[in-house]
Amino acid sequence: MAEGVVGGARAPLDRGALLQLLGLGLAGVVGLGALLAVLALWTGSGAADGVDVATGTVTLALSEEPPQLDATRTTDQVSGRILGHVMEGLLRYDARNQLVPGVAESWEIGETAATFRLRADAVWSNGEPVTAHDFVFAWRKALDPANASQYAFILYPLKNGEAINRGQLSPSALAARAEGDRTLVVELERPVPYFAKLLAFPTYFPINEAFYRSREGRYAADAEDLLYNGPFTIARWVHGASVRLEKNLRYWNAGAIRLNAIDYAYITSDANAALNFYKDGKIAMTGLNSENLGDALQKRWKINRFADGSVFFIEFNYRPGRVTRSYHLRRAMQLVNDPAELVYRVIKVPGNLPGESLFPVWLKGVNGYFRQEYPAPVTRLNEAEARRHIELAREELGLAELPPLVMLTGDSDTANKQSEYYQNVFKRKLGLEIKIDRQIFKQRLDKMTAGEFDLVMAGWGPDYDDPMTFGDLFASWNENNRGRYKNAELDAAVDVARSSMDQKIRMDAMAVVQRILHEDAVVLVNYERGSAYVSHPQLQGVVRRAVGTDPDFTHAWIEAPGQSGIPPPARADAAGAE
Amino acid sequence: MGRYILRRLVQGVITVWFIATATFFAMHNVPGDPLQSDKAVSPEIRANLEARYGLDKPLMEQYFIYLANMARGDFGISFTQQNREVNDIIAEHFRISAALGILAVAFAALGGILWGALTALYRNRLPDIVIMLLVILGISVPGFVFAGLGQLGVVNLNAALGFTLFPVGGWGTVSHMIVPALVLGLGTMAFLTRLMRSSMLEIANADFLRTARAKGLPANRIFRKHQLRNAILPVVTVLGPSIAAITTGGFVVELVFAIPGLGRYFVQAVQQSDYTVIMGTTVFYGAFLVFMVIVVDIIYGFVDPRVRLE
Repeated sequence: MAEGVVGGARAPLDRGALLQLLGLGLAGVVGLGALLAVLALWTGSGAADGVDVATGTVTLALSEEPPQLDATRTTDQVSGRILGHVMEGLLRYDARNQLVPGVAESWEIGETAATFRLRADAVWSNGEPVTAHDFVFAWRKALDPANASQYAFILYPLKNGEAINRGQLSPSALAARAEGDRTLVVELERPVPYFAKLLAFPTYFPINEAFYRSREGRYAADAEDLLYNGPFTIARWVHGASVRLEKNLRYWNAGAIRLNAIDYAYITSDANAALNFYKDGKIAMTGLNSENLGDALQKRWKINRFADGSVFFIEFNYRPGRVTRSYHLRRAMQLVNDPAELVYRVIKVPGNLPGESLFPVWLKGVNGYFRQEYPAPVTRLNEAEARRHIELAREELGLAELPPLVMLTGDSDTANKQSEYYQNVFKRKLGLEIKIDRQIFKQRLDKMTAGEFDLVMAGWGPDYDDPMTFGDLFASWNENNRGRYKNAELDAAVDVARSSMDQKIRMDAMAVVQRILHEDAVVLVNYERGSAYVSHPQLQGVVRRAVGTDPDFTHAWIEAPGQSGIPPPARADAAGAE
Repeated sequence: MGRYILRRLVQGVITVWFIATATFFAMHNVPGDPLQSDKAVSPEIRANLEARYGLDKPLMEQYFIYLANMARGDFGISFTQQNREVNDIIAEHFRISAALGILAVAFAALGGILWGALTALYRNRLPDIVIMLLVILGISVPGFVFAGLGQLGVVNLNAALGFTLFPVGGWGTVSHMIVPALVLGLGTMAFLTRLMRSSMLEIANADFLRTARAKGLPANRIFRKHQLRNAILPVVTVLGPSIAAITTGGFVVELVFAIPGLGRYFVQAVQQSDYTVIMGTTVFYGAFLVFMVIVVDIIYGFVDPRVRLE
């Protein structure tokens, strides 16, 4: 706009008229403000506090809307967290992470068969009993190819399960049958030493067939499109905004549940926003990451931490034509990989542990922890030795100069720091040129699947509480073995561990896997992820765990304000109070 | 008039078709697809998934199926919110974005006209310089900074007051809307201020105003009938696209204030390669923008009789 033509000396506007305009504008602002204020007072702010002793309600934020509450098709953490509170399988994990009876009151699991006796007082939220048929229906559904469940594989231990999922048999061929309403008889494909642990997994949850059919494809789409048999029900679900769980009075163990409501009143993936809610007292707990950690530290809050179960590592590509097939190249990188430096000086989020083995520290072995019974092989950092291996790699590959390596990585804050750190280390110490290929989530997965990388920053979260959930990752038949590593000795060890019923033999085999992963420099382990979080001092009995529902509020309670200084009772106290 | 509107509508439909086609092919050409997940799946399950969502058909066939469905107003089912129809997602969440957007534009328009008039009045004097400095800040600072600062401000305000004056975030009542709407409207307010200022200054020098003064018309009448009405024209012109831009661009504000608006779905769908939601929201927003522009053109004809709609 040509304002230059206006002479500065002349008053451009009539002042009286302008004042009139300003008056009108002011009236507009005041009017709008007053209207909003009145409306606001009238409707109230509607925000409850993070913990409310009187109503037994804890208010929290979710990072995203639960994407899939149909237990047969769910794959993600957030949905798993909700389902773990509102549904119950044959078995469940208690506050001490022990398997305890769920819908099944007793069970026998043999080498190739299992029998479950269902409790009489397990009912759906509409009052109908939970029967053996509900399990058979849900499992058939999960394996039905038409249902296209991505977690169907976890039901493969059931006899004919895999064949059904591959479309070779009809779902009715599943060797799980109801003998009356309260007895469930299951045949297994092969001996599955960790079968009991699978039963607490969402894909194994029951579904009421009549109800499922009555929803005509809308099953689990809304709060009223689900039938609940867990300690809580979804009382209200406003898509994208909130999910409110309330105590299920029909739950067979309702007497042991102390919270009346778990209100996920906010949904945002912004960690800073979640911390602001916590600061304002509106939510009782929130996670900390590199974005909002500094802020929490400044406030001098008590920061809790726990191992969230996931392990992060650099995977190599073993496809033909890739230089990373060279043992010496991988060994050279292994000899300069210093996870401690990465964790303490680069990522700097409390709770992370330097990665020493693909098998994280919390996994159970024969009697105690796996890693205590089978310590991880130690890598001594040695730059000179590493350079010697680089020379050997060049000879082995017949190359005068090693080509630049493509490192595929995600776009998170941590992934950025991590990839730049390794780019720098490999360049400085080995003279290797690393090209970082940064991709958003789905694109990265696509390139991982297609094998378009030399190195990839990957991670793995456990599905069940047994070393096998990590142990078979590099088996040649595993689709998640993105680099297509193949080693007959490792395959054989995995085979032993997945079919023997003797825990000592199994763990010995897992130790072989651990040794091969190190000796052959199959993978560079970076860190075991820990989670740091802040929690309201009155909120007690929350269980954080690596495998399964996390965080688990089933056994939580809210203390009266005065008591908050008193150390909380042992967590054990909350377990199965009946 | 009727013919003009008809012609504009036909043009609009072609524009939307073009948007849909471009988005469809661009989306399918990006590596990765919505069926990729953390845990690799066997080829059989992958095939089952593709069959379930119709992704196993040739791309051109998918395109025509998609166009046919779109013509019937059916955008399919979301890949990430697997039990929800895209139509439901748009219907449920757009009104939230729209409510927030309209309030934000109301703030922006009111503030923009007011500040703009003020700066024109005090041209090259202190109020003008201060306001224009703030305007430059408002235009150049990205929205997520304002959103974060705004929220932190609310937290500190509530802490200082000892009670919740404004909620830190969430949705459901009017008080939830005020701070996010202010934050969301800031950029537009700054833009409108600048526009209003130059518009006022330009008109102050126009021949017809001099003539009106020479005729001896009362100052108030000159101001209302000639100056204000003319100066506000450019503001009205950009208001339509502003409403569309603000309503669609509220992603960051919706994220920070935990507001279940459509903007969040729009952006997250792209991150997740959620084909159906990408298509649904893009086409919907495209149609919305086209519609707003047409509406503004028609309104323009009423505000400015010199514009003939033919």
